[in-house]
Amino acid sequence: MRPAEPRASAGTDREFSTVSGMPIDRLYGPESLGPDWRFEERLGGPGEFPFTRGIHPTMYRGRVWTMRQFAGFGTAEQTNRRFHYLLDHGQTGLSVAFDLPTLMGRDSDDPMCRGEVGKEGVAVDTLADMEALFERIPLDGVSTSMTINAPAAVLFAMYLAVAEKQGVSFDRLAGTLQNDILKEYIAQKEWIYPPRPSLRIITDLLAFCAEQVPRWNTISISGYHIREAGSTAAQELAFTVADGIGYVQAGIEAGLDVDVFAPRLSFFFNSHNDFFEEIAKMRAARRLWARIMKERFGARDPKSWMLRFHTQTAGCSLTAQQPYNNVVRVTVQALAAVLGGTQSLHTNSLDETLALPSEASVRLALRTQQILAEESGVTNTVDPLGGSYFVEALTDRLEAEARAYLARIDDLGGVVAAIEAGFPQREIADAAYRYQREIDGGRKTIVGLNKYVSEDATRPEILKVDEAVERTQVERLRRLRAERGAGAVRASLDALVDGARNGGNLLPLMLDAARAYATVGEICGALVPVFGRYREVSFL
Amino acid sequence: MSEPRKLRLLVGKVGLDGHDRGAKVIARAFRDAGFEVVYTGLHQSPETVAATAVQEDVDAVALSILSGAHMHLFPRVIELLREAGAGDIPVFGGGIVPDEDIPALKAAGVLEVFTPGTSLDAAVEWVRSHIRPRRVA
Repeated sequence: MRPAEPRASAGTDREFSTVSGMPIDRLYGPESLGPDWRFEERLGGPGEFPFTRGIHPTMYRGRVWTMRQFAGFGTAEQTNRRFHYLLDHGQTGLSVAFDLPTLMGRDSDDPMCRGEVGKEGVAVDTLADMEALFERIPLDGVSTSMTINAPAAVLFAMYLAVAEKQGVSFDRLAGTLQNDILKEYIAQKEWIYPPRPSLRIITDLLAFCAEQVPRWNTISISGYHIREAGSTAAQELAFTVADGIGYVQAGIEAGLDVDVFAPRLSFFFNSHNDFFEEIAKMRAARRLWARIMKERFGARDPKSWMLRFHTQTAGCSLTAQQPYNNVVRVTVQALAAVLGGTQSLHTNSLDETLALPSEASVRLALRTQQILAEESGVTNTVDPLGGSYFVEALTDRLEAEARAYLARIDDLGGVVAAIEAGFPQREIADAAYRYQREIDGGRKTIVGLNKYVSEDATRPEILKVDEAVERTQVERLRRLRAERGAGAVRASLDALVDGARNGGNLLPLMLDAARAYATVGEICGALVPVFGRYREVSFL
Repeated sequence: MSEPRKLRLLVGKVGLDGHDRGAKVIARAFRDAGFEVVYTGLHQSPETVAATAVQEDVDAVALSILSGAHMHLFPRVIELLREAGAGDIPVFGGGIVPDEDIPALKAAGVLEVFTPGTSLDAAVEWVRSHIRPRRVA
């Protein structure tokens, strides 16, 4: 029996849709789920295949999510002080933001890096900087997430070298390397080599970690940046899972057992403004990945089926206008991530559209998570929205849209071929343009920007990175180059190039170069003659 | 009187930052508004951007910078255009630029700085009223 239609009233001819433009019905009921909908098949219990309701039977009753605020700016010493500040305020994991030169595998004294050193993250050129970054932080007592992609293996080698110096064995290290190069070509655009040699470095790292750093999360397969580049929720889900398929395929082709490396793959999603769409996306992601791992790749270990993920609230949703409104947006987005079952969370600071966040605004963002975890009561039960006709219908819909994209990517020859053809890039650029037009036309509301506009003179205090950072860092690098043993650096780089040519695992060779205080730019640069440099075919 | 020449704009991503959402969206909006648009692609040096502006004979250069390096990159592009004898090509731009940096950028010769939240139509209107074809075709 269908419920009666509502009386016609002003506004009912309006189109109701999610922030991604997905149309939403007035009401959802059993008929919305279709005749094939079976509880056991679509949901099951938490901690059971297909994990729609969460990967742990007890979820936040057992342990709340890890509160992990991303931090990094200026020199390693400055960031080290921020890490100690966050740990002292109850943060439970570290997350390193590197500056653009480091993300691009370049040294601070590279002419291309003028004006960028230490601006968006911390500058790391050599092991000496990594040592300063983790000064007085025992690496067996924290879990560390490192947002680094193209040169991920090099920075990871430096982290391993710091552990050695602290006397911490590799098997006690816990943390996550973003190491997701495929989404760089799709969205974030910080690359060095073309996709195929990049995947070889990644499979070397998968093999190395499986043997020596078993608790390390080797790739954080990221939808975050895809969404920030302007994708819809369904595109974020689809392209992220497509990247995941690409890594699993590459690992298997490199001769690795899927159940050896797949349990250490994790994911990273965006949480945008549309509350239910985000929750549905996260639930759909778990179910989709579990099915793909089991059915497509034949994984047998349940840990290979489980999609574990980090969430960051949507930076692109924040406004410079009336910046205190951002606190409310972040709260709603963080709540969606929690109801979506995230394992860890970064809440954005209210001032992030203006500059890097100040200490006070980072603390408020962390407090937002603590209030959700300890005051709101949402952690009391697992998947409280499970069984909602609307949430289940939306979850099904997101999975179906993502599957349609995955089928198109398979038709194009897989994710690398799709990237080379510019397919995901174009889909995202189209969606970003459509969304901007909707905002400009007032069809989508952004409070304080295109509606309820007011002159707001209050500006939060913002953090400025001292221009002297670049000079300090460049001087430090020059001094180090003069003092280190040049012969050992040369020999380690030669061995690395040989390994790249001859197919040996590159990780032990990068570790040797890190120990010799070779720079990020030297190590990454040494491989360019072997692997080549990526050039994007630009289009509008 | 002949039809005025279409405005020709260079949309540039200068420096290492890979955030091209804004650059691509604004470039499409300029194109849809009837301007000719040349897009540099990512990770360009100030030297390449200035050289491209001269070579493509554009009427203005629009730079998108989200890395925090705007105080170095904007003035550097202007300086290079002047050195190339093309100091009459106006430079404007957008991105994450704190309000307090804008006066210094304008003093360095940046014609306008659009900060987050600017509508596409407002940017297009600004171009129509502030950018003129540099020479008669």
